[in-house]
Order: sequence, then structure tokens, then C-alpha cells
Amino acid sequence: MRTDRIDDIWGARAPHGPGTPWPVRVDQHLVDGVTEADVERWVRGACLLCSNGCGLEVAVSGGKMVGVRGVASDRVNHGRLGPKGLYGWLGQQRDRLTTPLVRRDGRLVETDWETAMSLVVQRSQSLLAARGPLGLGFFTSGQLMLEEYYALAMIAKGGIGTPHLDGNTRWCTATAAAALSETFGSDGQPGSYTDVDECEALFLYGHNVAETQTVLWSRMLDRLDGPRPPRVVCVDPRRTKVAERATVHLAIANGTNLALLNALVREVIERGYVDRAYVDAHTVGFDDVVEATADATPEWAGEVCGVDPDDVRRAAEIFGTSERVVSTCSMGVYQSHQATAAACAVNNLHLLRGMLGRPGAGILQMNGQPTAQNNREAGCGPALPGFRNWANPEHVAELARLWNVEPGTIPDWSEPTHGMQMFRYAEQGSIGFLWISATNPAVSMPDLARVRKILSGDQCFVVVSDAYLTETAELADVVLPTALWAEKTGTYTNVDRTVHLQDKAVDPPGGARSDLEIFVDYARRLGLHDREGAPLPPFETPEGAFDAWKEASAGRPCDYSGLDYSRLRAGGGIQWPCTASAPSGTERLYASGVFPTDRAICETYGHDLATGAPLDETAYRALAPQGRAVLKAVPFDAPYEEPDDAYPFRLTTGRTVYQFHTRTKTGRSPALEAAAPSMWFELAEPDAQRLGIGEGDVVRVTSRRGAVEAPARVAALREGVVFAPWHYGDRAANDLTLGAWDPVSKQPEYKVAAVAVERVAAGTGLAPAPVGTASAPVRPRGDARTEEG
Amino acid sequence: MYLTTYLLLLRRAETALAAGYRSVSDGHAADADVHFATAGHADRSERHARDLAAALDRLPAADDPPDRFDVVGLGAARPGPAGLLRDLLDLYLLASLVDATRTAVLQAAKAKRDSALVDLTQAHAADTAAQLAWLTMTVKATAPQTLLVA
Repeated sequence: MRTDRIDDIWGARAPHGPGTPWPVRVDQHLVDGVTEADVERWVRGACLLCSNGCGLEVAVSGGKMVGVRGVASDRVNHGRLGPKGLYGWLGQQRDRLTTPLVRRDGRLVETDWETAMSLVVQRSQSLLAARGPLGLGFFTSGQLMLEEYYALAMIAKGGIGTPHLDGNTRWCTATAAAALSETFGSDGQPGSYTDVDECEALFLYGHNVAETQTVLWSRMLDRLDGPRPPRVVCVDPRRTKVAERATVHLAIANGTNLALLNALVREVIERGYVDRAYVDAHTVGFDDVVEATADATPEWAGEVCGVDPDDVRRAAEIFGTSERVVSTCSMGVYQSHQATAAACAVNNLHLLRGMLGRPGAGILQMNGQPTAQNNREAGCGPALPGFRNWANPEHVAELARLWNVEPGTIPDWSEPTHGMQMFRYAEQGSIGFLWISATNPAVSMPDLARVRKILSGDQCFVVVSDAYLTETAELADVVLPTALWAEKTGTYTNVDRTVHLQDKAVDPPGGARSDLEIFVDYARRLGLHDREGAPLPPFETPEGAFDAWKEASAGRPCDYSGLDYSRLRAGGGIQWPCTASAPSGTERLYASGVFPTDRAICETYGHDLATGAPLDETAYRALAPQGRAVLKAVPFDAPYEEPDDAYPFRLTTGRTVYQFHTRTKTGRSPALEAAAPSMWFELAEPDAQRLGIGEGDVVRVTSRRGAVEAPARVAALREGVVFAPWHYGDRAANDLTLGAWDPVSKQPEYKVAAVAVERVAAGTGLAPAPVGTASAPVRPRGDARTEEG
Repeated sequence: MYLTTYLLLLRRAETALAAGYRSVSDGHAADADVHFATAGHADRSERHARDLAAALDRLPAADDPPDRFDVVGLGAARPGPAGLLRDLLDLYLLASLVDATRTAVLQAAKAKRDSALVDLTQAHAADTAAQLAWLTMTVKATAPQTLLVA
């Protein structure tokens, strides 16, 4: 059976009603000329090309990957795979780095591992001697394995003692982590994907799931096409496939999420939809939320957001009259100026209605990347490993005991440094050594001209571990070639806390090594050790790292103590917490209404959502949540940059269905590349007509940071909004975006920048954008240009 | 009666604080969080100053202030990370002056049973508390790198 997920993105429907299991459909792709009979081994694992984490098997023949197929029994996908899952891995078979590179006389030249690692270690040691640990920074990814993150957290925080450890997860999921820990006391997704199978209503906030997690959208579609389908509320300035199926589509102006959400909260309160018994028993802060949202009437929100106030009322009514609602938030919420406040407002809505911890009633604060959750839980982001609180001396001491290091080694004087600040320190040269692993900030960060200058300057020595010579690697001083997915063994955890083990299926090409191997080699060469002189980290292998992690996670909200490689290998995905008392994992968190907000347990004491200023322990003791969730709200504020006469449009950026991030893999997968080969901009038809721009015409989009030229797609999005995919490094959307961020999560504002648009040349046909998605042209064959154009 | 005099002092302090935030916002634009946060703080302090000007209109004329009464502002932003830290300390002092002066005015307003002035000063107090918390956070976050490595 051959599956096509380019033209038929979501595959055949398997409609079903609420409470019945999602039917199985196995998707498979084998390369041309290979049949199932040719496959020597099927190696179990999970897809690594979005945060869904679909269970799959890798087909191996002659020492090469020759295909993939979904795992029918896997709880996440029931056998399905999306376009990226089916075809993205093919990009691993081209253009790989196979030997280390070092910069000599301004050029990267091939070298051996000994030379490259010696250089990395010498630079680290000389900086440590001259400046101490604050001179070194490590920037990772949402693509490494749990074991690799945990090793690096131990090296950076337990060995070297630097607080400068963050990842590109800051650009994609930092707000999910921040909002979950502000409201519930700890990171950790309350809901489960199985809630989609049970719900009465689906609320998707800034979440184009049809393109970013195609298999999750298939799951939703199978409910929408079945009996008693859920009502859908979609908040998105574009007419996405989700919007097309929505009962209410709130096409708000990008940058106004919190105005809408505060109005929804106010409506739920005003119209008596609140479950007072739940709120009284399980939350604190109700009065604060009432006060902060008091003025957020539907009329006011309609004005701010540019939507019909009656649609705001209808959305609130759907929320208030459904007993089982699943809400999801994604980048439309997270990559904005009041991101944490908006994501907390979604948490508030569920708490106000007592809709948590039971089938069909759940929150999914989405991740963008497949291993973002692991970055966060293993301590490579805003928390210490195991969601430990850096401001709680008992947590720091516990970690020091686990690692057998002096507590004073672990940086505990302030929050771990966030990525944007790390790059600022690198710009100033106070971070003189920056090691970037498995990510491509020279395309993915805002305000790219500045980022390129930082990475190419002499003030900071840049090491890049990657599988390809990316735009970032090209600027590095040392490049280390790495193994990719299925070329190494490790675990990772998806949006709904499902842990998968991916076994190594094939060898990496040439001299490429796993990031774990590289990190351990670095630690050994640096001579990192524990209090008794034993090597730190104490493990060498993925399984050794996993066992150490199990110990670190035991007793914490993300408890892996009941998991091991053999169980994961045999049974597929299992949800954490998985313990002796919950050996099958935990489908939903907070079923009992008890939250990890006790002072001794919580990951954070919380922040002022308006300024990001942290609450201290005294303030937290006064708040005294003690197992209750914290309702938090602040009034809406305007975005950092709004349209004006010079830059009259609102730019938003996003991921599209055929590409992933900066296309390092998907851009090398022939089917995916052909489906969306190069940059485009999307404009609303009335705007295009006014500017004399027709489908495919080349436009120049200019912001205060830079300008980019690309063909225009005249699409169905809100008037005054310009959409740009951010995948394309040669004409990067992030040359336009703004270097500003949410005060709490420190996640950059990719979703609002003021831009100007002008037509620069006639086109030669359709823009190179997908036609079966939100990017669809409004006039498939016609020309939207006016006579003047 | 010096209430008007001290209300004037409060307004001047808010005005000087707002100007200080603007200087820092413009002078440290490459530090994006400082740039945007201080611009927001400046907006709020300017609004406070406008509210206070309106409140002053309905009070009697001010008595002569005591010596050395005026508020010294921040002036131009100082360059570099070490300059930024020093600017933040100055902003902290100005915000603290606003906070303490408001406490004095609020106490007098309470004693005078001037409920409009009580409400106004109490409404402003939360903004200043948030600014002080932000300044403390930013000083804490930037000091190690600035003092040890920069």
C-alpha cells in the first residue's frame, strides 16, 4: 500500500462518535523500488518532525533507512503519519556533514575530531580561567534526546556552573512552560490526546493544527465528521482549515489575544458559567481575575480585536454550555507580547468551569518541537532538572546530592539566562564561548541581520553541532558533525506527556557522532568530576543517562521512575508520570483537583504577568495556594509595534504544512521540497487589490529591521495582515521580525511586526505556496489584480 | 499647608522618572527587554504625572518649598553594560522617591479625608510597585554578568 500525504495531507476519514476509540489507519512509505519483502528490520520509535510524536517503525535494508510506517497500537497516532513523518526523514540522506570543520584564515576546513575537540576544550578552559563560568553559554534545541539534554544540564549546571543554558524551545514553547507553571505550579500538560475523542467543544487559540500537527488534526476531523461532533472555536487571523470547520471563527488582529481572552473570561463569569464549588475548593485568585477583566466587555474586545462582539459572546456561550472542552494554544498565543498572560487566561477558563482531569475536559498548551518537553524537564531551559525551582534552596540541595556536587556549583542566584539574553551577552562578548547544538538561529531568531553579526564576529567563539552545514554552521568557528534521528538511541516526550524510545536503526554517516557522545567527550576532556573525583556525568550510554534521569525525576511531577528502555521498546508510548503506583502511566493530570503548588514542590513562585518580575518566597507563602491552582490575569496592553503610516500592515509568521522550521531536513526531502520550494508572502485580497498586486507578483515587504522580496499569494486572511512562512533562510521572514519578547516566558514576538508592502515585479504564475491549506489562493486560476495593476 | 507642595514634588518625581525611563529606553535600545519595558514604564509614569497635574488644579497654591527640594533627574543614558546597571540604580532611586513621596501624600490625603486623592494615589501605587519589582529583577539578572565578566 502506498500512501500519499502531499496531495492528501490528512488521509481518509475514519469518523467516530464521542467516547468511541479512534479507528486505526496505518500509513506507510517505502522508497521507490523497495517492497515490504525487502525490509530486513523494522525499528520501533517515533516521528521527530513535530510535537505530536507519532509512533512509527523505521524500515531498514542494507544498512540504510528505506521507509517508515505508523504503529497501529500507538496511543498518539493509531498508525497515522503526516507528510513530514512519511517523507521528512529522506532529507537525512543528503548533504550530511561527515567530518569536523574548523575555521582557518576565515574559511571552514575539514579536520579530525581530536583537533576540533581540543580547540573547543582549550577555548573553554582559557575562558574559565580568565572569566569563570559566566563566560560560557550553551544553546540547544527541541530536537535532541532526553538523555542528551540531561547530560548537558549536568555538564553546564553541575560541572561548569554557568546559568547560560537555553534552547530554541525559548522561541517555541517557553510560554507553554511558563503558563503551566504559573497556573498549576509546575510544567506538565494537564490533558491527553484522548480528550479529543470525548470532547463536546474544541477551542484552538493561535493553533493551525491542520498544518503544524497534521495527525492531531486528522484525529479532530474524525470527530468532526462523526456523530455528535464537537463545536469548534478557532482564533486565527487566517482562514485556516481549522477556521473552515469552525462554529465560530474569531479572525482577530494578531497581537490582541489577551483582549479576546479577557473578554471570554469576563463573559464566563458574568453569565454565571462558573463552577463556584470547584473554584472555591481548588483555586486562589478569583477576585483578582474578576478585577483584571472587569472592563473587558465583548464590545470593547470586538473593537480591539476587530471582530463582531456577538461572536465573542457565542464563543463564550459554547465554552460555558459545554461540559467537556479541549482547549489548545500554540504559537499564535505564545509568540506575542502578552503571551504568558494569554495562555494563563486559557488555563483560567478551564479552572473557572472545573474542566480539568476528566475525559474530554483538558488543556493542551502545545509544544512546537518533538523534544521540547524534554529540554524543559531535563533542565536545559527555564527550570532546573525535574522542574526544580532554582529559588528553592531545598531543590538546589537535592539536585546537588543527586549529582554529588557542591551545592554552590549550581547557579541559583537568578533565573536561568534566556536565549535572547544569551545572544545579547555574546554580542557584547561577555559570553565568549557559545555552543549551539541542533538548531539554526541564523534563520530562526528575530532580527537576523543582528544575529548573523553576533555569530560571525570575533567577540565570541562559536561552536555548532549539526548534521548539515546550516546558515548558522557557516558562521561558526568549529563545526561538529552529528548523528540524526534513528542514527542514535534515545527517548523523547510529546505534547501529551507520551514518552517514546527511538532505537538506533542505522549508523550515522562518516565520522558523525551523537550529541550525547560529543557532550560526554567534552566533559571528560574538561575533567569535570563530582565531589569524590568520579567523572561527571557518570554515564556514557543513552540507557545509562536514562537511568540517571529516572532517579532525578523520581518524586517530581515529571516522574519517569516506572519507565525503562525494555518497557518502552515493547509497549510503545507511555505517558508520564509513570511510577510504581501508576505503572501504566497517567492519562490526565489533576484529576483529584490537587495541583503541585505547595511551596516545597512548585517549580516557580510565579511572576507578575505584566512585568515579569518574580514573586519571592514570602509573597508565595502569603498567596498560600497549597495545592490549589492560581488564577492570574492582567489587563490587555497594545503590542510593542503597531501599524502606522510608514509601516501600515501587521506581519505574522508561521510554520506551514510541508516544511519544518528552517528546512534542514524537509528542504532536502524531494517530495516536501517540491511541494513548497521557496519563500512567499500572503496578502488579503482587498489589500492586494488596493496595492495592485496580483497572485504571484513579486512584493517587497519592509520593516524597521530589513526587507525581503518574494512572490505574493493572495489568500484568505484578515485584511491588513501579511503572513510569512519562516522556513526559508535565503529570504528569511525573520529579517523583518522584532527583537522583543514576553516579559515572563521571554519568548520572542514573532507574530506582530509593522511592515510596508510594495509590488516590485510582475509574477510568472502562482506563488510557490501550498494550495490545499490556509495558503490556498482565493482565486485558484484567476488574477486578483485590479485594472490599475 | 504643604500638601500642594509635596504633590508638586510627587509630580516632578514622576516626570523625572518618566524622562529617565525614556533616556534608558532610547539609550539602551539594543537591550530589547530594557528598551520596551522602560518605554512602558515611561508611559505609566507620564500618565501619573498628568493625573497629578489635574489633582493639583483643585488644591490651593503651594507654599514655598524647603531648601534642596527639587528632584535631580537621570540625564542621558550611560553607555555599555556597566552604564546600564548604573542607570538602573538611578531609576531605582527615582522610583523609590516617587514611592516614598506618594506615601507621604497618601497619608495626608487620608487625614484630610480627601477620598479622590486617596483613590488616585492608591491607584498609582501598584504601578510603581511593579516598576520597582521590575528594576530589582533586572538589576539582579544583569549584575553578575556586568560586574564579573563584561
